[in-house]
Amino acid sequence: MTTQTTQEKDAPPPITGKSGGVRTERLFSWWTLATGLLVLAILALILITTTKQAWPAFQEMGLRFITSSTWDPNPASGDPVFGALAFIYGTVVSSLIALLIGVPISIGIALFLTELAPRRLRATAVLIVDMLAAIPSVVFGLWGVLVLAPLLVHVYRWISDLFAPVPGLSSLFGEPVGTGRSFMTAGIILAIMIIPIVTSISREVLSTVPQANKDAAFALGATQWEMITGAVFPHSFGGLVGAVMLGLGRAMGETIAVSLVIGGATSITPNLFAGGNSMAAVIVQQFGESTGTFTAALIGLGVVLFAITVLVNLSARLFVRRAEIRVRGAAT
Amino acid sequence: MTTTVPPAERAAAGPPSLRRSALTPRRRITNRVAMVLITLALVISVVPLAWVTISVLARGFQIMSWEFITEDIPNSYRRVGPGMAPAIVGTFLITGMAALLAVPLGVFGAIYLNEYGKQKPLAQLIRTMADVMTGVPSIVMGLFIYTVVVVTTGQQTGFAGALALACLMLPIVIRSSEEILRLVPDELRQASLALGARQWRTILTVVLPAAISGIASGALLAIARAAGETAPLLFTCSIFNPAVSTDVTHSLPNLPVLIFTYSEQPDEALHQQAWGAALVLMLFVLVSSLLAKALLARSRRKLGR
Repeated sequence: MTTQTTQEKDAPPPITGKSGGVRTERLFSWWTLATGLLVLAILALILITTTKQAWPAFQEMGLRFITSSTWDPNPASGDPVFGALAFIYGTVVSSLIALLIGVPISIGIALFLTELAPRRLRATAVLIVDMLAAIPSVVFGLWGVLVLAPLLVHVYRWISDLFAPVPGLSSLFGEPVGTGRSFMTAGIILAIMIIPIVTSISREVLSTVPQANKDAAFALGATQWEMITGAVFPHSFGGLVGAVMLGLGRAMGETIAVSLVIGGATSITPNLFAGGNSMAAVIVQQFGESTGTFTAALIGLGVVLFAITVLVNLSARLFVRRAEIRVRGAAT
Repeated sequence: MTTTVPPAERAAAGPPSLRRSALTPRRRITNRVAMVLITLALVISVVPLAWVTISVLARGFQIMSWEFITEDIPNSYRRVGPGMAPAIVGTFLITGMAALLAVPLGVFGAIYLNEYGKQKPLAQLIRTMADVMTGVPSIVMGLFIYTVVVVTTGQQTGFAGALALACLMLPIVIRSSEEILRLVPDELRQASLALGARQWRTILTVVLPAAISGIASGALLAIARAAGETAPLLFTCSIFNPAVSTDVTHSLPNLPVLIFTYSEQPDEALHQQAWGAALVLMLFVLVSSLLAKALLARSRRKLGR
């Protein structure tokens, strides 16, 4: 307290003085802003640099890059052709299978966690989902190619024989490829891999349903399931759509596991048990042996993948956010 | 509405029964089936988790030994035997370097979002884009660093690999740190500002220390996610000598790329190596993510939310 006595009585210590820290304050806030802007800068740079690198391929192929299904990087004669349609098809098909299998399971788990689970079981269930999320993609790939695929071949063969006489289904579930590496295997692995993200977002969305709405449904005599379809789903529909789209984005971008189990064939076939390829997987498989325009074309695939996943993710976030805003609006 | 009953008739039958047995069989059975299916969903999700874990444990432990962790990778494909040390060292180095790059930047980004930007349109844009960036496929990050760094310098390096992983980690760190910063009570900030501290000092000496274990949790989560990533490393750090090296200006051996290349080979001995490497990688990732969970719980308790 020595400063108190030495200070003049009629001069209170300055509070908003220029001394000390104004410059630091400004520097600090600019620096944090710069790091925040880094996110935007990286996203923009990704788009610019990869597009630039892929430009020779885009220029050569034009729109045929995504509409042609001929992918021939090293033809015996003539110019190489890079038509990515088969890979786009593979990406879409494997992701759709993943959604068909993964989404009901994920929403089921989310419902279990929010509506059914006793408190003690809930922690265990959350731990299971978290652990599933922690398994690296390459480990799923290793397991898929060495354990799952060889087993699934037998299942595929059985299903294929079963549906052989049925007109539509026989082309969908045709003759399985001997290794088991197919669209279906890729879809199953992807389904497992998207469960954590779809579950956690769905759970967040479902937990925003007001207790009053649920109680009201019960008061009207609804069974638990009728309460879920009548009160929970209508309220959280938009958010659930967002969760599914986030899963879709994850499935389309997944590379390593898919590349190991999808088979590596350039073909567009309705047969889900046949081998194919996806955009991300092709990049990994062929990048090492590529040069010149071929490399540019593979990077071009990356650009297309980037554009699609950004669009899907952006709209998914908008869905989830709109659902959240609606909830907040209802609460106030 | 099958349950509508004319009022007169209902009065005659007394008040409607509220027992479960009063439900029509169709409603009762639908409800039962739905509940069973919902519970089944959880059971189904346990199957792949258990199956993958058991596969990795059973096959990984066959090859696991002290030598496996400390010896060089056998450079002849025929030689069966242990040796994964270079890849373990490499993975730690690359991931650690990526964390050193991404965590500080991410935390400052989160400080901007929560302390300065708040609800400004720019902050909202950065927030949305950070979310979108977490959804960018890891292979695209690999291609990005390939075109920017590897093409420019003409060679793959451990540093390029770390940069690619850092790009993946950045949005995760930003979003998880922001979540935690938001939990720091405003009273702490007000108290500090009222004592005359400037905002930067308030943030560095009051807000960050309060949130530190939560931030550490987010960083660990990002590390766990990045450590298992293969695709970004394939173009930036995949051609290497199978010997222990800490020289980040050259390509470093690492676990994910080795697992990937070995699982593509038909050789049984290489599969063995891959399972062993997968076991090490999974243990590392699991421990870090469980630690992250524990830290987050602690942080939430401390911040009283």
